[in-house]
Amino acid sequence: MSVISSHKDAEALSLTIVAEFNAGVERVWRIWEDPRQLERWWGPPTWPATFEKHEFTPGGGATYFMTGPDGEKARGWWKFTAIDAPNKLEFDDGFADEHWEPVAEMGETHAAVTLAATGGRTRMTILSTFESAEQLEKMVTMGMEEGMKEAMGQIDAILAEQALV
Amino acid sequence: MVVDQLSDADVDRLFQALADATRRDIIARVITGEYSVSALATHYTMSFAAVQKHVAVLERASLVTKEKRGREQIVRGNREAVQRARQLLDEYEMIWRQRVDRIADILTEEPEE
Repeated sequence: MSVISSHKDAEALSLTIVAEFNAGVERVWRIWEDPRQLERWWGPPTWPATFEKHEFTPGGGATYFMTGPDGEKARGWWKFTAIDAPNKLEFDDGFADEHWEPVAEMGETHAAVTLAATGGRTRMTILSTFESAEQLEKMVTMGMEEGMKEAMGQIDAILAEQALV
Repeated sequence: MVVDQLSDADVDRLFQALADATRRDIIARVITGEYSVSALATHYTMSFAAVQKHVAVLERASLVTKEKRGREQIVRGNREAVQRARQLLDEYEMIWRQRVDRIADILTEEPEE
């Protein structure tokens, strides 16, 4: 199992996920740096992501859309606030309308990703911070849409997995 | 310690309630302010009765509350239920766990470039 721990802070509205991968840091960095690799994992198979823009530099932006089973599109944007290859990246993440304008009322999430070598393997830590409980709830409601089909199928497995945490 | 507050039946109800675009839209509206069912119905092309049914599904999943006021039925987002931050974080965690699994698959398929 790749995820080795998770920590939720309901008061600070943050989630920390720690995962370990059987690959070097440079290799894991590429799954963020290369948009073609990124789009293979950001969205679930039922809602694959397509990155239209991916300016992987501090201050740069990314835009992507996810395509649902009926062809519907959910759009999102990132703004890279820090990039320190190959160990650290931070970005703001939000929803966008059909003109790629950020949807302000949906708020944004801040993600801080760190990669550290641990004897040939890589430990990836993702800290996601939300603006408010309301915003978290909206993100999850929207995220549910993206992940719904998978979630329906995998819920039992996931609950079993979480019970072990 | 994580999801023991949510029974399987609760999760199913929550997911089924959220599996419909109209119901998600209703939640998004009533979270920020109260609406009568008839006011909600003006936003959709479906019948008043159909909107009422959607509201009933949301009510069963504890996502909204409904209250009679005169001749109107007032719908409000159930903040307490909907904002149980810990549960929402659980859901968000699930999204990330699935991502991590997909990353692991890619790294297995293409260990070195």
